[in-house]
Amino acid sequence: MIIGKIEDGIVLDHIKAGQGMRLYNILGLEKLDCEVALIQNAPSQKHGRKDILKIDKLIDLNIDAVGFVDPGITVNIIEGGKLAKRKHLELPTEIVDVIKCKNPRCITTIEQELPQVFRLTDAVNKVYRCKYCESKAK
Amino acid sequence: MRHLIDIMDLSIEELDEMIAVAKDIIADPQAYSHKCAGKKLATLFFEPSTRTRLSFEAAMYELGGVVLGFSEANSSSAAKGESVSDTIRTVGCYADIIAMRHPKEGAPVAGIRRSTVPVINAGDGGHNHPTQTLTDLLTISREKNRLDGLTIGLCGDLKFGRTVHSLINAMSRYPDNKFILISPEELRIPEYLKYETMIKKNLEFVETDDLEAAMPQLDILYMTRVQRERFFNEQDYLRLKDSYILTPDKLENAKETLSILHPLPRVNEISVAVDDDPRAKYFEQVLNGKYIRMALILKLLEVA
Repeated sequence: MIIGKIEDGIVLDHIKAGQGMRLYNILGLEKLDCEVALIQNAPSQKHGRKDILKIDKLIDLNIDAVGFVDPGITVNIIEGGKLAKRKHLELPTEIVDVIKCKNPRCITTIEQELPQVFRLTDAVNKVYRCKYCESKAK
Repeated sequence: MRHLIDIMDLSIEELDEMIAVAKDIIADPQAYSHKCAGKKLATLFFEPSTRTRLSFEAAMYELGGVVLGFSEANSSSAAKGESVSDTIRTVGCYADIIAMRHPKEGAPVAGIRRSTVPVINAGDGGHNHPTQTLTDLLTISREKNRLDGLTIGLCGDLKFGRTVHSLINAMSRYPDNKFILISPEELRIPEYLKYETMIKKNLEFVETDDLEAAMPQLDILYMTRVQRERFFNEQDYLRLKDSYILTPDKLENAKETLSILHPLPRVNEISVAVDDDPRAKYFEQVLNGKYIRMALILKLLEVA
C-alpha cells in the first residue's frame, strides 16, 4: 500500500494498533479539508502492529488529546518534505474538551456550555476524573 | 476568598481550628450572637433538603445575621434555564455568603467560577456533602476528645453513601484510625475508594458483613440505611435488611464508651428503642451540625 509523501504536515506515528480511529475521532480530523490518511495495523518493530495518521497540513494539533489517547505516540512535524520536529509525549495533567463526562448526574449534562475538563488523578493506572463530578473517564 | 466544596479543601489545621471554634460557641453562645450582624447568608436549594437548610439558617441567625434564599428549583431562575454560575453571581450581589444544594454532581465547582462571595456546598447529588462530614468530625471530637486512634465501624450502604465516603477520607488524615466496613457484599465501598484511598494510604481496614461480630471493637458506629432500591432482587433485600438494623440486643457486646452516629433522616435502620441508650448520639449530632456551620460561616466570612 502506498501513501504519498507529505510536504508540510503532521505524522502521528506509533499509535497503538486499533487506537487510530479513536484518535481520528477525538481530534475531529473529519472536519479537515486536506488529505488525511489512517493506516491501520502497519508492521512495527516496537509493537508488532501500529496505526499511523498522516495529515497533509500543518494544523493546530491538540497535543494533550494525543497524549491522552496514548503518550507513546510520536508526533512528527514535516516541513518542506523534511522532518522539522519530533515530539515525544507524556500524559497531560488536564484535558479540556477532549472527552465528555458520561455520568448522567453530572452538572455538564444540563449546562452544555461548560468546558469538559478532566484531570489526571492516577498516572500509574491512567485514571482521569471529571473536574466537576469526579467520575472516572470511560 | 475561600469556598468549601469538598471536605478535602480544608487542611487538618483548619479542621481542628473550626472544631475548636465550634466548641467555644457551645461553651459561650452569647459571645457569638452578634458576630455576623449586618451579614446575609443566601441559601440556594435547587432541591429540597429541609434539615440542612434549617441548620444553615439557624446557624446564621444565631450569629446575628440574616438569611434569604429559595428552597426548591421551581421557585428559582434555574427553572428558566439559568446556569448555576449566573445564579451564584447574581445572588453574590445580594448576599455575603452562599450555601447551595443542587441535585447535579459538580454543580458547585461549575458555580463558583465567577462567584464574588464564598460558596458552601450543602450537597451536590450523591457527590459531596462536606458540612455533614464537618458535623461528624465535631461529634466524634466532642464524644472522644480526639480524632485519632479510633476504631470506626461504618455500617449499611457503603457503596452509595456519600457521607461514608467523605468520613473515611476525612478520618484517614488522622493517625492510627482503624475502619471496620460492615455491609452486605453488594453494598461494599466502591473500588476506587478502596484502592485510591484506603490501600494507597495504607489504612487499616476490614470488610465484613457481620455487625454483631464487629461490635465489641468499635469506638464509633456510623449507621446508614440499606435501601430496597439498591438491591438487584427482592430476596437478597429481605434476607439482608434485618442484619443492618440496629436494635438494643445487638448492642449487648458493645463498649460502654461506644458512640452511635447516623447522618439522619433515619427510617428503620436504628430501632427507636436504641434512642434511650446513652450511647446514641445522633440527635446530638444534629445539634453539632448547627454549631460547626456557625464556625464555618465565621471562617469563610473571615469574622474573628
